[in-house]
Amino acid sequence: MKLFTQLTAIAAPIMRINIDTDVIIPSREMKRVSKEGLSDGMFANWRYTKPGGRDEDPDFILNQEPYRRAQILLSGDNFGCGSSREHAVWALAEWGIRAIITPGFGDIFYGNCVLNGILPVVLDADIVEKLAAQVEVDPANNQIVVNLEGCSVTGPDGSEYNFEIAPADQEMLLKGLDGIAVTMRRDDQIIAFQAADQNARPWIYLES
Amino acid sequence: MPHTVIEKIWDEHQIADLGDGTCLLYIDRIFLHERTGSVALKSLEAAGRKIRNPEQVFCTMDHIVDTLPGRNDNTTMPGGTAFIQTTRQAANDAGINLFDLGDTRQGIVHVISPEQGIALPGVTLVCPDSHTGTLGGLGALAWGIGSTAAEHAMATKTLVVKKPKTMRVTFSGKLANGITAKDMILKLIGEHTASGGVGYAIEFAGEAVRELPIEARLTLCNMTVEFGAWGGLVAADEKTFKYVKGRPYAPNNEQWDAAINYWKTLTTDADAVFDKEINIDCQTIAPQVSWGTSPMHETGIDQIVPDPAQEKDPGKRVAMEKALEYMALEPGMPLTDIAIDAAFIGSCTNSRLSDLRAVANILKGKKVAEGVKAICVPGSGLVKQAAEKEGIDKIFLDAGFEWRESGCSMCFYAGGESFGFEERVVSSTNRNFENRQGPKTRTHLASPTTVAASAITGHLTDVRSLD
Repeated sequence: MKLFTQLTAIAAPIMRINIDTDVIIPSREMKRVSKEGLSDGMFANWRYTKPGGRDEDPDFILNQEPYRRAQILLSGDNFGCGSSREHAVWALAEWGIRAIITPGFGDIFYGNCVLNGILPVVLDADIVEKLAAQVEVDPANNQIVVNLEGCSVTGPDGSEYNFEIAPADQEMLLKGLDGIAVTMRRDDQIIAFQAADQNARPWIYLES
Repeated sequence: MPHTVIEKIWDEHQIADLGDGTCLLYIDRIFLHERTGSVALKSLEAAGRKIRNPEQVFCTMDHIVDTLPGRNDNTTMPGGTAFIQTTRQAANDAGINLFDLGDTRQGIVHVISPEQGIALPGVTLVCPDSHTGTLGGLGALAWGIGSTAAEHAMATKTLVVKKPKTMRVTFSGKLANGITAKDMILKLIGEHTASGGVGYAIEFAGEAVRELPIEARLTLCNMTVEFGAWGGLVAADEKTFKYVKGRPYAPNNEQWDAAINYWKTLTTDADAVFDKEINIDCQTIAPQVSWGTSPMHETGIDQIVPDPAQEKDPGKRVAMEKALEYMALEPGMPLTDIAIDAAFIGSCTNSRLSDLRAVANILKGKKVAEGVKAICVPGSGLVKQAAEKEGIDKIFLDAGFEWRESGCSMCFYAGGESFGFEERVVSSTNRNFENRQGPKTRTHLASPTTVAASAITGHLTDVRSLD
């Protein structure tokens, strides 16, 4: 997974609320048992003219210059709601998205972003609207700066906004940690917990 | 200090407080399916990691398999065979419990999890599937996760979780005749939006919730994710204990008394405080139907298609306009004037025996309207078998419904199954997202009985108006 520290990039505003993971990657585009090769199907129903087809719809923002080079998405509230499919995040990451700025995320999608090197940034709706409006004036030059160490977003006009992120999530993105390895440092604690729990709730434990 | 039931289950499973509201939680049981589970199992294997307690990991085939009679590994979903065979191989190699094709216990993950007694009151249960909250209907703390988190859960038997805030949703008063758990949850989402529950674990309470049978409580909790919530539950009670008793993975005779004594403590203390409270008066709930492309786009069947111009919030207004364009509907149109092309009974929301019985009661002696494609997909092999024993399959078939094998099916192109271009479907499923049920397919979410009534008349129908 790519580490995230600071990013200055073109941002693409897709300012709709409730953009669900079926929109981000439709079921019919999840064709292989793999975390790879999914970016082709990203936003397929908005990006291409026909279901399952590959003719680009020129009206869709990510088919337009300079948004084709966007690394930041701006969106309406509840981005990534719906299905837990991590394929949505894998597809976005593979396409080149590094950060998503919205007033709110679907819970599972947020967690999936952190585990795959995409920074989820929550800012008030009026701030996201303002950023989108500034970007649209001159998208190639009106870039957005995202700084994870300082937890700040700087808009094209130089205004700086702070965002919140759980320290564990921040560390995961900054250092690209292996979550399982981190937890296994507490292996003794887990084993002790399990032994006590087996006494307290024996009915949970099935024969192996 | 008084506690909510959510806090009690959380505390019982907390191994460590990692600071800033994040905890290391013990996970009792893990469920997988072949779409996301296959990736998780394969990835674990590639990393050379073992599953800590494979006997506590379960897997079914529901998302990729098709539901046509005589089905096999060669699913109608292009490329799907690899998902099925990879899952089978990886599951067998890892020694986890697999409910494979051809096993009558196979079915939709959140239908078979209660059916088999895998989900129990007070357990923590996760699955790389967003509708895992369904199991809250048994008083379990259950939530959906991604594939990578599922790997973590399998390898360590734990998850690192940010503690959700608590919310109590109280349904006061009694439900009127013809109103179901599906109508209750749609009403909640319609009133409080698709992001109203973000960051919260919910306890459903109130007289109407207590009176719901267990299968209806599963329906209620199923759509907590459409409300944006982390999870939701109904505290276990005598009905729950009766439901659980004797199921294959439930506590056996010797352990039953100890389990039940513990489960009885899992209720919210009288003075416990929730971070948020919502109250819904059951008298305001009609049979609810969706008209747009988010579950929050819904209203009573006796209402009209709303006018975006009346919406003050610009974000919501734009979403409404886009939704009406996609759905090809005009503001002001009575919902009952909307003609349908298809009707679907199935999914982890509404495909259990009680759902099929309720539908059969409406279909008996009647026919599906001419030109309407009607499909029923029972939630599990055991549901199908039980329904057939009661002759329910014959009622569906006589009415003009297809009667299929179990799986997720038309809910989302599972098994490659979907409705046609721009077809309008009334569906007992949980998501009316764009293109979910097929290319430009227009979905109207509703209860199974509303689906049945609409299938008969050929347009969205108030089930209370049928004789």
